[in-house]
Amino acid sequence: MSCSRMESKILGYVDGRLKEGERLEMEKHLSTCGACQLRVNEFRSVHALLDELPMIEPSAAFDLRVRARVAAEPAKQSWWAWFTPSPRVAFAASMLLLATVWVGRYSMSDPPQIDQADIPVLENYDVISSFEPLTELSQAEPADNADQQSQDM
Amino acid sequence: MARSDVQLMLDVKAGDEQSFALLLHRYRRPLVNFLYRMVRNREQAEDLAQEVFLRVYRAREDYVPSAKFTTWLFRIATNLALNSVRDNRYQRMEISLDAPVTADAEDGDEKTLDVAEKHPNIEQHLVEDVQRKMIRHAIEKLPEKQRAAVLLHKYQELDYGEISKILDCSESALKSLLFRAYETLRVELAPLVAQRARQ
Repeated sequence: MSCSRMESKILGYVDGRLKEGERLEMEKHLSTCGACQLRVNEFRSVHALLDELPMIEPSAAFDLRVRARVAAEPAKQSWWAWFTPSPRVAFAASMLLLATVWVGRYSMSDPPQIDQADIPVLENYDVISSFEPLTELSQAEPADNADQQSQDM
Repeated sequence: MARSDVQLMLDVKAGDEQSFALLLHRYRRPLVNFLYRMVRNREQAEDLAQEVFLRVYRAREDYVPSAKFTTWLFRIATNLALNSVRDNRYQRMEISLDAPVTADAEDGDEKTLDVAEKHPNIEQHLVEDVQRKMIRHAIEKLPEKQRAAVLLHKYQELDYGEISKILDCSESALKSLLFRAYETLRVELAPLVAQRARQ
């Protein structure tokens, strides 16, 4: 094993994570390479030095804070809950429905009244066709169209 | 027999809040310590650890035990920590324009409660305190991904496969990352390393 190949395995050797075959191969190399042996010893020292950092304890309020945040989470609803309206929405919808029905019935009970005397006149085509204001209206229409065309040009 | 992490998480998924409390109890200390060593601020570390647990809780409905629970947990924690470190770096850059930081307010966090009782020799205690500061600062100076790799490898004792999934890299890339990190630490801590070699 060359020194460059050692690099990827040196830490595994120091912390004892190499497979048996790799460990034996490493030891064979170390027995003939002073530089790598020195590197292994130094890495062992670094590894041991890192143990000197003490652990800290989470504060007494840590668990309480996590639980409070978890409790504040909105409950997840299933897809079926989509069909179940909230009481406020249900109340508003029923009020709207009631109002619609009431307005509908009120307007149905008082339809526009037509004077019975007007009905024979409305049914008589001759009377309507000779009604003067209507004949003026049909004559004025082509003139209006001509004005519009001249403006477009 | 204690239930496994995966079983606890599946119980949380089924609506058992007590199982979540057990997971919280099991991982609160390792998570807070990992995050503290990443961000170097105790309050921030606790905030981030709370966020990790909250994300685990929120994801309970979709939880599928496809990987080890610790891989998932520390992946969330690492991503949060890396984002936080990057945000802090920008904040520090802004602050340093006006007011250079002169004191390390966090150095006192790891002091033991009863120093006199544990260290009758005050000189030895001071030496150990200086050593701890050197080690902390050496870790702090590592690039954040190397720092995360060292912390997960050394303190959480996760295997290479897990750490490479957490850091989203190949195992060979991880080994190279760890080697470079240890090389940097070896140089930074050279006086302490030499001292150990003499012992």
